[in-house]
Parts: sequence; C-alpha cells; structure tokens
Amino acid sequence: MKLLSRKATCNSHGQDSSYFLGWQEYEKNPYDEVTNPTGIIQMGLAENQLSFDLLESWLANNPDAASFKRDGESIFRELALFQDYHGLSAFKNALVEFMAEIRGNKVSFDPKKLVLTAGATSANETLMFCLAEPGEAFLLPTPYYPGFDRDLKWRTGVEIVPIQCTSSNDFQITESALEEAYQQAQKLNLKVKGVLVTNPSNPLGTTMSRHELNLLVNFITVKGIHLISDEIYSGTVFNSPGFVSIMEVLMDRNSKNTEVWNRIHIVYSLSKDLGLPGFRVGAIYSNDDTVVAAATKMSSFGLVSSQTQYLLSAMLSDKKFTKNYISENQKRLEQRHEMLIKGLKNAGIGCLMSNAGLFCWVDMRHLLSSNTFEAEMELWKKIVYNVGLNISPGSSCHCTEPGWFRVCFANMSEDTLNLAMQRIKSFVNSMNNNNNDQSNDKSNKNSRRGLLTKWVFQLSFDGREADER
Amino acid sequence: MLSRKAICDSHGQDSSYFNGWQEYENNPYDEVRNPTGIIQMGLAENQLSLDLVESWLASNPDVVGFKKNERSMFRELVLFQDYRGLPAFKNELVEFMAEIRGNKVKFDPNKLVLTAGSTSANETLMFCLAEPGEAFLLPTPYYPGFDRDLKWRTGVEIVPIHCSSWNHFKVTESALEEAYEQAQKLDLKVKGVLITNPSNPLGTTMSREELNHVISFAVDKEIHIVSDEIYSGTVFDSPSFISITEAAKNRNLENTDFWKHIHIVYSLSKDLGVPGFRVGMIYSNNETVIAAATKMSSFGLISSQTQYLLSNILADRKFTRNYMMENQKRLKKRQEMLVSGLENAGVWCLQSNAGLFCWVDMRELLESDTFEAEMELWKKILCEVGLNISPGSSFHCTEPGWFRVCFANMSKETLKLSMQRIKDFVDSIDQSKDNRNNLQFSVSNSRRRSLTKWVFQLSFFDREKDR
Repeated sequence: MKLLSRKATCNSHGQDSSYFLGWQEYEKNPYDEVTNPTGIIQMGLAENQLSFDLLESWLANNPDAASFKRDGESIFRELALFQDYHGLSAFKNALVEFMAEIRGNKVSFDPKKLVLTAGATSANETLMFCLAEPGEAFLLPTPYYPGFDRDLKWRTGVEIVPIQCTSSNDFQITESALEEAYQQAQKLNLKVKGVLVTNPSNPLGTTMSRHELNLLVNFITVKGIHLISDEIYSGTVFNSPGFVSIMEVLMDRNSKNTEVWNRIHIVYSLSKDLGLPGFRVGAIYSNDDTVVAAATKMSSFGLVSSQTQYLLSAMLSDKKFTKNYISENQKRLEQRHEMLIKGLKNAGIGCLMSNAGLFCWVDMRHLLSSNTFEAEMELWKKIVYNVGLNISPGSSCHCTEPGWFRVCFANMSEDTLNLAMQRIKSFVNSMNNNNNDQSNDKSNKNSRRGLLTKWVFQLSFDGREADER
Repeated sequence: MLSRKAICDSHGQDSSYFNGWQEYENNPYDEVRNPTGIIQMGLAENQLSLDLVESWLASNPDVVGFKKNERSMFRELVLFQDYRGLPAFKNELVEFMAEIRGNKVKFDPNKLVLTAGSTSANETLMFCLAEPGEAFLLPTPYYPGFDRDLKWRTGVEIVPIHCSSWNHFKVTESALEEAYEQAQKLDLKVKGVLITNPSNPLGTTMSREELNHVISFAVDKEIHIVSDEIYSGTVFDSPSFISITEAAKNRNLENTDFWKHIHIVYSLSKDLGVPGFRVGMIYSNNETVIAAATKMSSFGLISSQTQYLLSNILADRKFTRNYMMENQKRLKKRQEMLVSGLENAGVWCLQSNAGLFCWVDMRELLESDTFEAEMELWKKILCEVGLNISPGSSFHCTEPGWFRVCFANMSKETLKLSMQRIKDFVDSIDQSKDNRNNLQFSVSNSRRRSLTKWVFQLSFFDREKDR
C-alpha cells in the first residue's frame, strides 16, 4: 500500500531541482573575503543586509523590548502564555501604522483586518486555502518569484496560469495579456478565482504603474474574481515613481464599500523592508470579514512567536525610528542599486530600469549562444562555475524570453559587489575575445564545450531551496 | 467566491462549546476586581514553573540581547530562515527529549523537523501521510483541536477508537479492530493511528500493554503510528512514561520497515509553559517524511529569535534537570489539591499521573445518562457555579458526564476557591434532591426556568479553546 501522500513523495521530483544546483555549488564553495576569495559570490538571495546597524542601535538603546520588559517590569509570563491567534494588539496597531507610513499615509489600515502569519510564505498559502478550491486557478504575471510554485500550489492544489509579460513594454501587464491568460485557463478547464501580483515586483524590481493597477481592478471587477497584492517589497522603493498601493487606487476610484472592495487582499512581511526574514513576520490584510475570520483561525498553523511580536511592536511604535529607518534604508538601497547598474553597464550589460526591490532584472540576451532556454542554462552554468556568481536564471521565474537574470545587490558588502562586477567584466571581455578568436581558432570553442560536458547533474534531494525571494 | 474551507468554518459544530469561552471572557474571575467571576479551568496551560525560566533569564541577560561571549549574533539570527532549523537548538532539543524519557532512547537531530507549534506539526504529518479522504484512527476521548488540526485543510478524516470507563478508557485490541471496520464501512482507507501519550484529556500515560496493542495493530495493518508526546514532560507520578520509541525498541522493531512508520510530535508549550513561543516538532525515522515535512515547515517556521533563546536555556543542563524535577513536583501537588478538593465534594476523577488536568467523573450529577443532561450540567457549572470546565462530549467521549478540569493555570488560592464552589454546588444538588422528595416539582422547575433563559450566542470570532 502506498504509505505516504502524493504531496510528500512528488516533491522529490520537483521540476526546479536543477536550479538548486546553483545553491549547492555556492554552499560547497562560498566566497569569503579572507578564507575563500575565489569562491562563488551569492547573488541569488534577495536579502536586505544594508541597514542592520540601524536595528542594532535601536536595540542597544531599548534593551527592554528584547528582555521581555515593559516600563522596566517583566512581562515574561504574559508573553510566554500569549498564543491568541488574534495577535498582540500593540503589534498589529504598530504594524498597520508602519504600513500606512510606507504608503505615504495616503491610506490607513484597520488592525482588525490584519491577520498575522509566520512569514509571507504562510500568508500566501493561507489566502489560497481561503479563496480557491483544489483545481481552481490564480493568474500570475511572469516573471514571478519561483517560490510561488510551491507556496500557492503544493498543499492547496491550486493551479497557476501565467499572464505573459515581455520586454517589448518593459514587462508591464497589458489588457490583452490578462485576457489571454484567462482564456488559457478556460482552455485548461480551470476556474479562475483571482489574480496575484507582487508589487513592487520580484524579480523586476519595478513598482506597478497606476495604469496597470487600474487595468487589474477593471479586470477583476468584470470577471468577479479576487486580487491579491503581495506588497512585501513596498518599503524598498528607493526611487521615483513612488509606490502606488492597490488600496490607494481603490480609494481613488471610490471603490470603498463596493463589491470589489471585499475582493482585494494584501500580503505583507517584515522580511525585506526590515531585513528580518528569520523572525517570520507576515500578514494578510483583507476587507472581507469572512476571509479575515477564516485566515485568523488558519493562522494557528503558523503564528508569530509572542517574543518576536513584542520586540517588534516596541520597535515599530517608535515613530522617530521608523521614519528615519525607512528613509535611510531607501537611500542605501538606491546607492547599491546604482553601483550594480554602473558595474554592469561597464561590462556592456543593461538591466531593466528599476526603482525598488533588492535586485535588478539583468539583460544578458546578447551573451546567449542562441535565443533558447538551453543557451540560458549554459550561460548560467558558466556564470556559476567559471565566473563564480550565483545569479538566478529567468526561466526559474517563468520568464518567456531567454537571457534575463535576477541579480541581487543588498545581501553583500560594497567590496564584494565591486568584485562581482569585476568578475562579470572580465567574463564579458573574455567572451568578446573568444568571439573574435572564434573565426581564427575553432579549437578553443571545442575545449570550452569539453569543459561543459564534464558537468554532472546531481539531483540533490535535500538541497536547500533557493531562497529566491 | 470563497473556498469551502473558508466558509464551512463558520458553521463549525463545536461552536456551542465556545460559549464557555465567551462567558468566561465576559466575566473573568479576578481575585481583587471580580471575585465572583468565572474561573478558567478549561485552559491546559502550565503556569506553575514560569518563575524558574524567568530567573534563568535574569541570570543570563546576554541571551535576550542576542549576545554570546560578547559577540553579537543579531545579524546572523535575523537572516536565519533555514527550514532545517538552528542546529544548536535541534541538538539541545533531542537531548532534552531523551532526558524526559530517562535516557532510555536517543534521538538524532537530523530526524527532527521544527514547526510553529505542535498544531503545525500534526497538520503537516497529515499532509505527508494521508491523501484527502483517507483516515486516521484516534482513541476517544481526544483533544477537540484535532478535529480542526488534522482534518480542516488536509481533507483527512478521523475515525474514533471508542474507549470507555469500564477499563479506565484504555485502548483495547477490540476497540482498534472495531474502529478499523467502521472505517471500512465508511469506505475510508486507514493510513494510521494517532495517539496522545500522555493522554489529553485523561492525564494518564499509556501502559506498555496498550502501546503493544497499538504497535501490533499498526504492524498488522501496515499503517503509521503518530505519537503526540506533547505532555511527556508533565509525568509527575508512577507509572513512568513509556514512549513509543521505547516500546517499539523493546519489540525489536528498530531496523525493520515498521520503524519508519513511527512518528513523534513534541512541543515546549506544556512542559516549559511557553505556548506563545510556538515551538513544535516532528521526529521521524522516515527520510521521505523528514524531507517533505522540512520543506512544509516553510509554512510555519519558528522565529530564529526564539530558537536562539531556547537553545541557550536547554543547553544549561543543570537548569533543565532542576526544572523538570521541580516542575513535576509542583504538578503533582496541584493535582493532589484538585483530587482531594473534588473528593471532598464527593466527586471522583480518573486516577492520573500526568498532564495539566484531571478527567472528572460527574455522572452522578447528571439528571439523566444523556449528553443533553451533560450540557445542562455544564451550563449550570459555567453560569451558576462560575467554573469554565470542558464537557466530555467536546472530546468525543462516548459516555456522558465526564469533564476535563485543569489545575495548572491558576494560583493555589483560586484552585481552592473553585473547589469550594464545587462543594457548595454539589451540596446544593444533594439538598435539592432531598427536598425534591418533599417539595415535589417547584425547585427543579425554577432551576429549569433559569436554564431556559440561556441564550446561545454563536460568536464567529471566538477564540478557540486551547489544548
């Protein structure tokens, strides 16, 4: 008798396992300035390591928050026992104010409509459980975060149908792309329950335009479906145009108290803005009471540690701190972003113009040996092995065009970033030289191919998932 | 527009039991501000030994500041979201678990998967071991939360293994077989048995005989055993705790296929009294299960801040040894207080040696041997006596009249007061019974009238009853 569920066993045959190689290679040979200066530099990890000093100094000045103390008195017992799935009120209050501030206070949020979850990973899965039956579908614009394939589909049985976006218009969502995706779902006999967008986008690093957002609201209104706006990167907008949240668009359209108002749901997290992915702080915000009620009960399966809720409620209640943090963090992100694009430009590589996120969407189409995903994989392997950079190939993000890569810039020191840029430049130069020599010397090309065919894929079962966000 | 999962919840069958919670929250007992309020005895929390943890924290202030030997671990920790868990924490946990089992068994940290509470662990195991529509067998009475945790999002069914008072609710071979046959009748494929050992709500540890019955049964049917050992550290009296691992080892099942069918769930919520920290785990000898559960734990990882704190506390072996001993002493004393207080009121409980509650026999106080009478009695105890205790029917008990009464979530004084209230209540019932023979119907009518004034509010947002 088959003893384990399909969910448990199918996992081992995940289609994405080849991409975990980048991770594995990195873990075998990680760059270290001192101990391993020729190792692989991790550029596939969308972490924000730029502003820890601000958090650390707040902690140093406010030791009570981490010590289970309030006004000098121990509240350890209270916190140790607190497992109410409604969440710590002080924390939810502080969180909705923080969210409002990120949106320039153009919108405000009601803490009663906020559900806390152990990370946005949990929030997204929970929303799928609430909004769709197994076998139903959500539409997602490509390219999208690879983790969605697991988070939205695995245990929920929900399907993803892509809304194909292309470089022809900088990967923006169009009416026709939306309609095509909807029709594709019909063809596949899948009932569409909603659209999920990530705004600002991962992996594009761009904020959605007001026009795109309005298109979306029109579309979901006509189809009578949901819209989930994953705004996990909302605090990382470092340049104009500013962030336009879905709530702002709805307010502008006077949609409050209309039917569509209840079909808009927001996902948020402190993992990117505050750089605290380890603390597992995510949230669902919904105008639909039934969704809030169901999601609240479902959050039992992934509550946020009360210890962490308390610490962060104190931190986020410090408005002076949050204001300063948001602006300083954005400045640093902007600086790093500029470093990356300059360095790439210097190597003759362009990226999609971006104003948010912890990464750039890099155009390496001209470096492909052919306009195919096989060529993209070849290039990726070269970059991992020969150049020593773990970057994320666009195909892992379901991009329809080969040659795009997501390159992170906020998870390493300035020096390391400079080194990465240097390596890319050398790599591109060597490719150019080889191309020149190609006409002269076929043998070089053959030996490079020889190197590649020695590649052995290890389908590692226990490989740590690429923390692709 | 919403999924069935989201909507069906609002029509949960258990909603009437949440009234106990609501009543309590409308009128909670407070020694000073509300001395006639309802005393919470439905919450299986361990509040007896938090002072020990607090004093450890006071003696080790660096840990909460993310410091170790003057070095700040802050950056490392805030970035740490590896679903394999903090190695230091897992290493300490397996040693702690071994110690609880008298070091008769050992655990491998690589076979441990951390989850946000055992609520998450149990659901995850269902996702790994069963398809929607398949079933697990559970001995009754069982923790009401299982109806949601094991079934809701997984689509797995529960078929009860009926246990009864004639043999102190022990699991028998025939009960196991009957449950299996019942599942066949319902056309449900059985994937395993889930036991809670020590038991909630019974407060008893399973005997070697019972464990052997369950093992033989599972071996014969080729199904899984999930042993939820969340209360393993609360065993305060003999007989001592026999874990599923020990029982299986004694049957020489190590290195057999069946060894991979055994999975343990654990948590620090009851032993250490820290349910707010959301620390649960799955232990399995099955690599596929570990691999799948590890990835699934992405949906409920433990905060690295909490992993770090607890790994430091558990690393202090002097502290843990002392904590376990002292905690067990205090639990034993409290249980004795409850048992003798109830005895004094002429109410008996199932003899128990573990847990944070007693399984109390109030069958004699029922108007009739029915669940309706049990509900009436429950309402009386809640509204008139002012105690929120948990009726056995919410645990799927087959016999009316049993109640779970918690003893570790309040002060000694409060416990004494609740015992007084019960005594007064039982005395008044006896008095009424005597008077009834004299006074015919009027007294019982007025009592009945006061009950019909009861209005059930099906509150949608009620906080769920805790373990």
